[in-house]
Amino acid sequence: MGLSTIGDNQVARRVEDEIFRSGRDLRGTGFRTLMFGALAVSVFILAVLIVQVVVDGWPTLTGRFGDFWSGTLRSRSSDEGLGISQGLKGSIWIAAFVALFSFPIGVSAAIYLEEYAPRNWLTNTIDIAIRNLAGVPSVVYGLLGLFLFVKTLNGGQSALFAGGLTLAILVLPIIVITSAEAIRAVPSSLKQGAYGVGATQWDVIRTQVLPFAAPGILTGTLLSLSRAVGEAAPLILVGAITGRLAARDSSLIDQLGERFTAMPIVIVGWVRNSGADEGFGPAAGAAIVVLLALVIAMNSVAVLLRGYFEKKRG
Amino acid sequence: MADISISNSSTAAVGSLSVEALAGPQKRARKEALIRSVFLLASLVSILISVLIVVSLVRESWTFMTQVDWSVTWGQNGWRPRRGLYDMPTLLVASLIVTVIAMLVAGPLGLGAAIYLSEYASKKTRSFFKPILEVLAGVPSVVLGFFALFFISPQVIERIGRNGWLVIGAVIIIAYLAVIAGWTRNLVRREAGTELATQIKRVLTLTALVATALILIWWVNSVAGSGDPASADFFSVKRSGQLAAAAVGVGILTIPLVASVSEDALASVPQELRSASAGLGARKLTTTVQVVLPAAVSGIVAAFIIGISRALGETMVVFMAGGAADEATFTSSPFEGSLTMTAGMASLATGTDNVVGEGLTFQSLYFVGFVLFLLTLFLNIAAGRFVNRVRERY
Repeated sequence: MGLSTIGDNQVARRVEDEIFRSGRDLRGTGFRTLMFGALAVSVFILAVLIVQVVVDGWPTLTGRFGDFWSGTLRSRSSDEGLGISQGLKGSIWIAAFVALFSFPIGVSAAIYLEEYAPRNWLTNTIDIAIRNLAGVPSVVYGLLGLFLFVKTLNGGQSALFAGGLTLAILVLPIIVITSAEAIRAVPSSLKQGAYGVGATQWDVIRTQVLPFAAPGILTGTLLSLSRAVGEAAPLILVGAITGRLAARDSSLIDQLGERFTAMPIVIVGWVRNSGADEGFGPAAGAAIVVLLALVIAMNSVAVLLRGYFEKKRG
Repeated sequence: MADISISNSSTAAVGSLSVEALAGPQKRARKEALIRSVFLLASLVSILISVLIVVSLVRESWTFMTQVDWSVTWGQNGWRPRRGLYDMPTLLVASLIVTVIAMLVAGPLGLGAAIYLSEYASKKTRSFFKPILEVLAGVPSVVLGFFALFFISPQVIERIGRNGWLVIGAVIIIAYLAVIAGWTRNLVRREAGTELATQIKRVLTLTALVATALILIWWVNSVAGSGDPASADFFSVKRSGQLAAAAVGVGILTIPLVASVSEDALASVPQELRSASAGLGARKLTTTVQVVLPAAVSGIVAAFIIGISRALGETMVVFMAGGAADEATFTSSPFEGSLTMTAGMASLATGTDNVVGEGLTFQSLYFVGFVLFLLTLFLNIAAGRFVNRVRERY
């Protein structure tokens, strides 16, 4: 409570420094800066990556906007008809396969594991299988698709349904794991309340568990959709086309049995051609801008959705 | 009072309310059982897929293993499947180089980011950076392949040049040696004075010195030995990339994975440990390095193992930027082009309608896949063990 002179202030600051060591803990500050540097570098790389790809691809994307969307795979980069329409079509098909097969099977499996499964060897085996499947490299799923769908079921001919089913299998464990997490987070009081008024187990799942877990399940599904759309290695193994693909107008059902390509495969093909024909480089860049926009949009929606519900439920 | 008796023994069921009555209509129970079995079937799909993967891998690679002349799988100086030469060391060494360099990138960056996010970042900083890292996790590998080929290879690897890489490599090797030396010193100090400690010290010092010398020789060799001998200071421009560029790309892909698993491990360390450390007068740095990190070490080891497994299984980046197309010559230098196990499989499957070539080409694909599958399975199981250890402790 004394007079506050300049001298007093200095003493006070020294005492404060002694206590908090803010000005003197060089090693602590250095360590903190180093750790922040690691985080900043990781994020900086992402920024450089996006800028670099956009710079490379922008002229092609805007220069011949309409043609690029409606164009097809060609053998020369100077060809007017060069474009990504076949790749987009293939990727939409793959997303449809994931939505049609992985989503219902994955969510059902998660419901069984969280709501029904007794503690026995079978449940344990299922659990171990799912965990290990999630860590299997994506090329190995390609080998499975090649063996099962191409060689065994389709007489050695590659087809769209083989690629779609392979990727549906690839993302299945991701959907099961994220959905199971969402279902586990449902408060048991909600379920007890429903049982208390006479609901059966299926009633409880239908009216309480699923509505509450829906945002989490949706987030997981979106993440796995974007994973499937961006995945290339398994598709290459099951024989997606990187070179030229004849444009055909066939019915939806016929398309399933035809040869196919997808956005990431188009990119790989063009990048590999760019050694001989430089014009393919920018074209690949433009295709990447489209793919990246798609994937980042899906991921951001998923992350924001989760954040919104986490905040809402406290 | 006797007319409403609740009983669960059938012999005494005189009342109007019995367990049978409580069970509800049979139709309802049958519907419930049906629904349950549908869900059970869905969850059995995962076992079916696992079995199918193993069956397809074993079947085809068994054909390869029983029919191949084993001399073409070892010491052939190159992976040339279309000509019947399946040299495994070529693929294994390339995979090793890519995985090590990728982890040199992803390990420190991922762990550092995790430490900052978990121990230092304010809530606001966290909610800004974490979604960005999650977006980085979602970038498709073909994008990293493109980036590695058109940016990392010409703008980073080749621009830094031969002399630059000599220095950078030496610094990294010596830094790691310093970390290992410090770690052994702590280990030995704990056992100080005993006969065992002196023995451990001798063995470890000797191994570390020999290992460092070997790594340094390999490094100087591979930096000096690659590129065009005519241009002394620069690597020859490789339009198709090289292993080092691909490996850095793989490393960037692995950062978010290492970061998120290590962050989970750090977050599972109880807050009481930090408070106790602070209460004893430890600074933030001391608390983080000597209390939190040792407590989370199992989880961090798991994060690194999962990262290694991911880097080993990454295909497209190496396939696009690894600097080799259909076949690869044996190399131990990261500045040359080669094929990893995964890229070797992808390159076998591209370009043609079906996998064709000498008799066993198709089966060789499954043989390589089987080796890769076993390696990653082993790593993932090991990582799972470490994660469980953290869970059990806290």
